[in-house]
Amino acid sequence: MAARALGLVLLLALAGLPFVPMAGMRQYTIHVLVQIFIWSFIGGAWALMGRFGLTSLGHGAFLGLGAYTSTLLWNSFGLTPWVGAVVAVLLTAGLAVIVAYPCSRFQVVGHYFGLVTLAVGEVVRLLIIAERDWTGGSLGLTVKPAGGDSVLALQFADRRVFYYGALVLWLAGLGVWRWVDRSMARSAMEAIGEDETAAASVGIHVTRFKVGITVLSAVLTAIGGIAYAQYISYVNPDTLAGIGVSLRIVFAVVLGGMYSLLGPTVGTALTIALAEYLRVLFGLKFIGMAETIYGLLLILFIIFLPAGIYGSARELFRRRRPAGRGGPRYGPPHPPDVRSAPA
Amino acid sequence: MIDPVFLAEAAINGLLLGGVLALLALGLNLIFGVIDIVWIAYVDLVMLCMYAVYFVVQVYGWPIWVGGLVSVALGALLGIAVHLLIISPILTSAPVNQLLATGGLLFFLQSFATFLWTTDHRSVRLALPRLEILDMPISVARLIAFALAIVAMLGLYLFLTRTYIGTAIRAVSQDREAMALMGANPQRVYVVTSAVGGAMAGLAAALLIIQYAVHPFFGAAFGPITFMICVLGGLGNMVGAFVASFIMSEVIAVSGVIWSTEMGYVIAFVVFIVMIFVRPGGILARRG
Repeated sequence: MAARALGLVLLLALAGLPFVPMAGMRQYTIHVLVQIFIWSFIGGAWALMGRFGLTSLGHGAFLGLGAYTSTLLWNSFGLTPWVGAVVAVLLTAGLAVIVAYPCSRFQVVGHYFGLVTLAVGEVVRLLIIAERDWTGGSLGLTVKPAGGDSVLALQFADRRVFYYGALVLWLAGLGVWRWVDRSMARSAMEAIGEDETAAASVGIHVTRFKVGITVLSAVLTAIGGIAYAQYISYVNPDTLAGIGVSLRIVFAVVLGGMYSLLGPTVGTALTIALAEYLRVLFGLKFIGMAETIYGLLLILFIIFLPAGIYGSARELFRRRRPAGRGGPRYGPPHPPDVRSAPA
Repeated sequence: MIDPVFLAEAAINGLLLGGVLALLALGLNLIFGVIDIVWIAYVDLVMLCMYAVYFVVQVYGWPIWVGGLVSVALGALLGIAVHLLIISPILTSAPVNQLLATGGLLFFLQSFATFLWTTDHRSVRLALPRLEILDMPISVARLIAFALAIVAMLGLYLFLTRTYIGTAIRAVSQDREAMALMGANPQRVYVVTSAVGGAMAGLAAALLIIQYAVHPFFGAAFGPITFMICVLGGLGNMVGAFVASFIMSEVIAVSGVIWSTEMGYVIAFVVFIVMIFVRPGGILARRG
């Protein structure tokens, strides 16, 4: 219960944060937090697949497809991003099926799955660049301003609106994670991840589950991409598609730990905070230095904390407890523990 | 309709590009096949070696072959360093962690190069004669690179089949556990493999710098296509990778002329994806 109370306090703090006076720092803090919420949501979507051994290195494809679909529909036809999002979700789901179905049928797993998805990510990025007449190519595309606040256009001058929107999105992402975690799908996917043939032999429909989880992950990623595009009101093939952003998503999640509910959030928050800190520290003085340190830290983290920061911390915490209560490896982050309840 | 002369020219350019891609894929495929780890940052090591050649030749004024030797030596050293510092500690980790550690190296090398040398494009200018066959201009730099790439591949083949350590390398790539049981030291084989793979990167760098300008994001431009070639050829299958290089380079060059450069790469990637589904063991794999 203590953990639940702590979570509630944290949530209230997050909800009240925009009203705390921060003397000029408010806009910046809120900006960083919005980014953390959106990218944590995307990282969580990636982890839905990643935790079952489906290591996608091409989530940029879904991100880019989502963001560009809604932006292009709004810019060219004035279609509200709300409807655009539906179209984007349908397209992304289609792409996910096109990738996941043959991968599952032909048993493309491990390194090969990673490289196929990597190629898909590059295909989307290069297509966006190649179709520069209407996508703006590598220069990117600005979301056409609606002229003032508009719910229909999903554009607001006040960052706080985005803050609450992103907060809700992030919570919804955690909800989906928890829902999958407690469903039959999780047991089935774990069995498939361990041994596909054995899973099939006990009657698990391997292809259906694999395609299903990929579609879910891809669709959520696309929604994250749309949210990010609306917030930044600018889309670019290099920041929203291709190998760079795909690897960044994976990094953040693995850094945090992909087997736990809050792992992706912890990893994303840390990488974004680190990148922002280094950017502010070095400014325009040493171009590339911030990224250099970032890359170096990533290597060190992966060598020395292979289970991710959050995962390693939890393991350490668990080891201190009396023996005999190992708990499930993939279990919810706060297993009901009678002994830790207040007497 | 496109003039057939343009297509023929594209086909020849594709052939010459294929030589370079084959050389890039060769070193990566060796490491891939023996150590079973994808060095995502392999082409970024090539990029570092290209800078080395640039500085030796263009800034300090040494002849190009000195630059080439420096580049090969640097490549071998970098290969050993990457293996000992990054790969060794994570040999038994999950594949995703191995991918990400070398991916971290990619970020590191890219940004460190940006920090040291800015994003300017730098090239080595050699006074090479121009060659024309049937009114089609042929780049002599590419021709030399192509020829040297073929020689290097033959050299590697002889090294792997005719020397003791080469035989050990092939043995490890076939069965890691059995090799350890036979009393071979896998760590030594890994270090030698990494050094040879790195030296290949150095050689590729020396041949690439005479036809392409180097910049910190050079690895991002050639990296993905190099992996695709390795996988398409079949991991660890040298002949397969060789054939795959030419298939990919022809696809890129010819569709580049018909549509656009980006579309050339798009089609190459799509060919790769389809081939993975149809022939997962590589184009030369036996069915069964």
